[in-house]
Amino acid sequence: MNESQAPLLSVRDLHTRFPTLDGIVNAVDGVDFDIHRGETVGLVGESGCGKTVTALSILQLLRCPPAEIQGRIFFGGQNLLGLHREEIRKIRGQAISMIFQEPMTSLNPVLTIGDQISEGARVHEGMTRQKAWRWAVEMLRRVQIPEAETRAGEYPHKLSGGMRQRAMIAMALSCKPQLILADEPTTALDVTIQAQIMDLLLRLKEEIETAVVLITHDLGIIAEMASRVVVMYAGKVMEEAPVKELFKDPRHPYTRGLLGSIPVIGRKVQTGRRLREIPGVVPSLLQMPQGCRFHPRCPEAINICREQEPPMVRLGEHRRVNCWLEAKNPQKEAPASGANGIE
Amino acid sequence: MALLEVQNLKKYFPVRKGILSRTIGFVRAVDRVSFSIEQGETLGLVGESGCGKTTVGRSILRLIEPTSGQIRFNGQDLLSLDGEELRRVRASLQIIFQDPFSSLNPRMNVGQIIAEPIKNHLEISPAEIKERVAHLMEKVGLHPEQMNRYPHEFSGGQRQRIGIARALALNPLLIICDEPVSALDVSIQAQVINLLAQLQEQMNLSYLFIAHDLSVVEHISKRVAVMYLGNIVELANDQELYRNPLHPYTQALLSAVPVPDPEVKKKRIILQGDVPSPLNPPAGCAFHPRCHKREDICLLKEAELQVLGGDHWVACHLR
Repeated sequence: MNESQAPLLSVRDLHTRFPTLDGIVNAVDGVDFDIHRGETVGLVGESGCGKTVTALSILQLLRCPPAEIQGRIFFGGQNLLGLHREEIRKIRGQAISMIFQEPMTSLNPVLTIGDQISEGARVHEGMTRQKAWRWAVEMLRRVQIPEAETRAGEYPHKLSGGMRQRAMIAMALSCKPQLILADEPTTALDVTIQAQIMDLLLRLKEEIETAVVLITHDLGIIAEMASRVVVMYAGKVMEEAPVKELFKDPRHPYTRGLLGSIPVIGRKVQTGRRLREIPGVVPSLLQMPQGCRFHPRCPEAINICREQEPPMVRLGEHRRVNCWLEAKNPQKEAPASGANGIE
Repeated sequence: MALLEVQNLKKYFPVRKGILSRTIGFVRAVDRVSFSIEQGETLGLVGESGCGKTTVGRSILRLIEPTSGQIRFNGQDLLSLDGEELRRVRASLQIIFQDPFSSLNPRMNVGQIIAEPIKNHLEISPAEIKERVAHLMEKVGLHPEQMNRYPHEFSGGQRQRIGIARALALNPLLIICDEPVSALDVSIQAQVINLLAQLQEQMNLSYLFIAHDLSVVEHISKRVAVMYLGNIVELANDQELYRNPLHPYTQALLSAVPVPDPEVKKKRIILQGDVPSPLNPPAGCAFHPRCHKREDICLLKEAELQVLGGDHWVACHLR
């Protein structure tokens, strides 16, 4: 991670909307973040917070219309959202690739594994069919699939869940991308298989020096893999912090709630059997509460939280929080601390 | 005496083929499983997909008919009961299912869903039933005014609360919780775990808590059993099992759980390969092809579950 360099990917004021019969769903509502070369950034949140839609918007894998994507996404000096359809196709799978959650449904059932992995090499690198096939077999070997030659000729249904996710990783890495968007890459897998896949992903990432956006709801995986974390809630960024600071000193009440909600092995002895739950449920995207979106569930909400959207408060270079309690404003009853700047 | 005693429980599913449906083999989903649960206790049952943990839970209720074995519940031999007797026992033996989206009848409203067990087992007036349903809904954190709503109008966490209210309707002694929180988001998961713990204290319930998430199981259970390929490989109280795992599979499983603390760097045992097919399990100890400590004897002989003092049971030749 070299701070002096321009970021590899900059997402600025991203809005993704889906008009529905019941109204407009703002799945992603003003999201900003940067990804630097070679780093792993975690994108955390519960279902419906917009983390997957953010990734799909970056690669424009959403059908537009009905979806509407607005904002700016800078990658390698160009705004991806301004590109023509043919131009974005050159980036997908080559410079930026994606690992999907469901290895069962994201592979094409009527094409062999080898065909699917070699497609990228044929399209982007202009390899011949034969050469691309040999490349695919080599990729399968690198993701440690036994009997790679035979496996390449087989269809996805013959592979186990872990093997399919390995094939998926082989496909994502086949053109040595600069950035991988990994959307819940191990959620569908058992823990021992998850450990294998995470270990593999970490090793290959180092080998080809790619950056990873790791989308997950599992804070354990975040703690082990990511160097920086972006916490999302109801389509907005709530907090961003380097991983150690986030776990040691979470500033947003939602982050604190999330960390308190997860059972941790060995902690029961000190804290007792009651977990610190977040009351209530995630608001419907069609009926966002006024003010801060988290206020109906927030144990620390004050009056202004119910009325006005909170500012994004910068606490450091990679530290920001979207909360009134951190805002330095003498009119508010919030216990403001330090010289925090408001964006 | 224990509330529930399971001994040598087996469930083999026949695999049939051809137009005559000849049996060509058996899937040994559960193979000689024994354990017991005391009144007011929670036994956690963990394992990866396909290890047979759900089959154990359903066999106890006889939702799946076990192949052989013994199940004693509250002094009665469950496998010898039939018809009316079994129906009566089931009043005190309930289940909460994993998927709150498919385990509630979409054409019944919440009041009808929760009232169904009461109507089936007790002869009380409709007014009393309604009162009981309202009371149960309050108990699990739902508003009784929502009685006339249908399952699709509720979120995942609320639906799981409906499932819990239905299970509690007849004041059961034991509830089989089959992955009750794995379909839920973390913040909602915590709410349901807290609810289950609180109900247990209030009603002196016993739980068989089946789950794949080791942290959740540790949090809620007093004793934990680890299953692999149809067998219990280790059983001990929670502190002992998590601090001092003796079976190589338990060790690998625990080391694979990601720790939500970036300051902790732990040594991980990465198991090679996938879980073998229960249609054709490996000879000897079923875990030997993936075991990082295997010796010659493991290939030849099955390992029996043995007690190692202090109620720590383990099925491994190296112990």
